[in-house]
Amino acid sequence: MSPRLATALFVFIAVAGGLAACERELRRFEEPASKSVPANAVAAPTLPAASAQAAAPSRNPYEENAYAVAQGQRLFSWYNCVGCHAHGGGGSGPALMDDKWIYGHEPANVYASVIQGRPNGMPSFAGKIPEAQAWQIVAYVRSMSGLLGGASPGRPDAMKATEPPVARDRENPRRVSTPQPQ
Amino acid sequence: MTPQASAAVTLMMASARAISAPFQNVLLPAGIQADHVHTLWLIMLATCTLVFLAVFIAFVIALWRAPRSNETTQPHTTRTIGLEPGAIRAVSIGAALSAIGLLALIVASVATDRALAGLPLKDGLAIEVTGQQWWWQATYDPGDPVRTFYTANELHIPVGRPVVLKLQSPDVIHSFWVPNLAPKKDMIPGRTITLTLRADKAGIYRGQCAEFCGFQHAKMAFVVIAEEPAQYEQWAQAQRANAKDPADAVAKRGQEVFMSSPCIMCHAIKGTPANATTGPDLTHLASRMTIAAGTLPNTRGHLSEWIANPQSVKPGANMPAVTLSADDLHALVTYLEHLK
Repeated sequence: MSPRLATALFVFIAVAGGLAACERELRRFEEPASKSVPANAVAAPTLPAASAQAAAPSRNPYEENAYAVAQGQRLFSWYNCVGCHAHGGGGSGPALMDDKWIYGHEPANVYASVIQGRPNGMPSFAGKIPEAQAWQIVAYVRSMSGLLGGASPGRPDAMKATEPPVARDRENPRRVSTPQPQ
Repeated sequence: MTPQASAAVTLMMASARAISAPFQNVLLPAGIQADHVHTLWLIMLATCTLVFLAVFIAFVIALWRAPRSNETTQPHTTRTIGLEPGAIRAVSIGAALSAIGLLALIVASVATDRALAGLPLKDGLAIEVTGQQWWWQATYDPGDPVRTFYTANELHIPVGRPVVLKLQSPDVIHSFWVPNLAPKKDMIPGRTITLTLRADKAGIYRGQCAEFCGFQHAKMAFVVIAEEPAQYEQWAQAQRANAKDPADAVAKRGQEVFMSSPCIMCHAIKGTPANATTGPDLTHLASRMTIAAGTLPNTRGHLSEWIANPQSVKPGANMPAVTLSADDLHALVTYLEHLK
């Protein structure tokens, strides 16, 4: 490779990497106005969960953003997901850091599990948490088994005793057909 | 009026009100601890002024005494060998004076620390204060489940009675600072740090976070209301009570909205099913002077604005925007306003 070509390639990679990194570190606070029904289910007697699943994109825009993943980790504790799933190791709820997925590992599947709830104890969070936060939690849940692909380590502001949402070794998702008896 | 113009007017009104709001002034101590710090500050100011004047006078004398040259003066080309006459004496005197000055400041500083630590704590009032991104939680009577109560961004303390603050942080380093009452003290995650103070003059004092802690560090303020002991007891008694049940249909609807929307996931209202602890306790929200940690005065308009779009008021705050219909928002604010 000629030196000039090598330099050009180097500059291209540096610029492209830099641009990608900007997006990754961007902290976006103002979420686009929610398209879905008002958050409180009282005003909306129809099941928001059903429509949410239909509208759910298969790609989660929050997964490529370190701040969103870190916020997902914060919310995972705040909304007491840790009460059943611990910090990914599982407890009375299934472990989230392994390769077993009962209801699918795609972002849309995980989102549906959070919003609709699942049998044997997973409550529905429909109307309880804003959509953007649900997607942040989805990003964090998937980060626990290394499914975020090229995503970055999350950088929570806070000091945590638990492991940061870094890109872990990828667990190859495996479908478990029935809920496992606890 | 365009939305931008009306927003600007709102902002101007808010800042005008902020000026008339409780002030903070490190030079007007209202408690014995702040008094000690103020005395030390005066000693340091006087010493530094003296040093500055002495250096300045020495400098002027040196300029005045320096030999003047004119066009007939030969250029100075030889290297000076040996010391200038009198230099050793001048430098020695200067070094000795500096050492004495610094030693005096050390003594004053140690004496101030001892005085701060010597506050008698008999019959002290214990309050736990937790600083977090970006607001303050206060727990009164910690450890006593019957009497304990929580409030946010507003401390009430009795005048003349020592207060023992247990400072904590669950996330990053914050610093608790009420300039009129006490020196600042860092709040370090994983540790409990004690700060003692006593208000000797009734009044409303502003405090703020004094350690950069993230995006909204500047909007992490609070007020300390020092009042007569009887008044304080009355306030504490009222704060211990459960929230009032909604009186009219609109407030009742507001309560329903609160309980069925994301509000309930983070906030607590004592006497209702809402008991989450990640956000400020709202049991007696309407009795507080400000909302969003000293960011906005606690008025109906500001409350609606804060609920509808917190990110426009305080970008990065952990309060999410909640989509509510206008009627629901009206009902919710009516309910919150009624939590006296």
